[in-house]
Amino acid sequence: MPNAMQAVGNAGRFDEIVLPHLDAAYNLARWLVRNKQDAEDIVQEACLRAFRFFGGFQGGDARAWLLKIVRNTSYTFLEKNRPVALAEEFDEQVHVRDVPTFDAETIMVRDVESRMLRESLEELPVNFREVLVLRELEGLSYKEIAEMIGVPIGTVMSSLARGRDRLRESLLRARAKEGTRGL
Amino acid sequence: MVCDDNSRLLHGYLDGELDLVRNLEIEEHLKACPDCAQLLWSQETLRKAFRSSNLYQRAPSGLAARIRASISQEDSRETQAPLQPTPIFMLAPKRKVWNWLAIAAAILLVALVTWRALPGLEGRNSDLIAQELVASHIRSLQLGHLFDVQSTDQHTVKPWFDGKLDFSPPVRDLTEEGFPLVGGRLDYIDHRAVAALVYQRRQHLINVFVWPADKQTDNSPQSKSSQGYNMVFWERSSMYLCAVSDLSTGELQQFAQLMEK
Repeated sequence: MPNAMQAVGNAGRFDEIVLPHLDAAYNLARWLVRNKQDAEDIVQEACLRAFRFFGGFQGGDARAWLLKIVRNTSYTFLEKNRPVALAEEFDEQVHVRDVPTFDAETIMVRDVESRMLRESLEELPVNFREVLVLRELEGLSYKEIAEMIGVPIGTVMSSLARGRDRLRESLLRARAKEGTRGL
Repeated sequence: MVCDDNSRLLHGYLDGELDLVRNLEIEEHLKACPDCAQLLWSQETLRKAFRSSNLYQRAPSGLAARIRASISQEDSRETQAPLQPTPIFMLAPKRKVWNWLAIAAAILLVALVTWRALPGLEGRNSDLIAQELVASHIRSLQLGHLFDVQSTDQHTVKPWFDGKLDFSPPVRDLTEEGFPLVGGRLDYIDHRAVAALVYQRRQHLINVFVWPADKQTDNSPQSKSSQGYNMVFWERSSMYLCAVSDLSTGELQQFAQLMEK
């Protein structure tokens, strides 16, 4: 049965080419849906989809290819299960504007704790969170991010600029809150 | 130079993504503008924080094994019984506690499915299917996975589906009418394998999804829009057909009529 032979070969090839990027896949899903169990389910679903479409994968960057499927699967999940949160997050009006100005940059000098950074990043709207994760944690170039999300490169730079500014604001606010005890 | 423009370019500079000329411009500006220099410095601090953080979430140890298992299961299912795909998108929170409820819900859903008014794309289940159709359309464009069989010949495309599906989709070439057939592929909609026929209209692509109707009614084509894509849904000789495209509804309806001739 030539068909079966081919399919077994496919599973092997998939294992070799796509599965090494499992950490990247999980990291992206985890940051997009902000939940461990959902992220695992999404990665599993995305890998199955990737496997079904593997015949159409024409070589190239397997990580970017897998991440794109993970991203689509994550958004489908968010649309189905958290439609309200998703809509609110994209609404620019939700911005909080009361950034503390006192001595802010001095506070910033101190090392930012991972915990605080994690919390601030988790609170960012998903579109900013996503570019920051792809850039700072996954180390993708603007071009790779642009292709994955389907926007112009200039938009990637804008989103990063605004995402980082908001992250910084949020960290400063967190610092200010904790600053009252013992900084 | 205005700082507002620069605050965006500053990030391109930080990421080493600017061209040489812009890079030099920013460096000049940074010498003259303490505010921007300060901003750059605090963003560099932020980047250092990212680098030294433990924010990267590695896959849990058992995940790879679970994925391998589900892929080999999928693999043997595809080779042994290609016509019985099972639902896999089961993302229920607290699934252990709710397992029995899920089973009850599934039974209820089956009951509902029997009554659903699909030809009009009404009701929740139909909405879900509509979402799936659009998602599949988008995916087919994004991944460069438009065809399993690429051909403008209906006598190549139609036989290709033989043995891969438990029905034979109607395949017509509409080149003379301005909608050339370009290929076909297998897809998954509503938990079953379906045929997807790909047609072209100028630069626009049309996916026509075809699967057996579970209920016989004779409805005229219905239109619907979702996420900026248009859909025309109809039924004929015990099959559901749904054309999805970014073409206007008018042109898509014209296409549906041509398919029916």
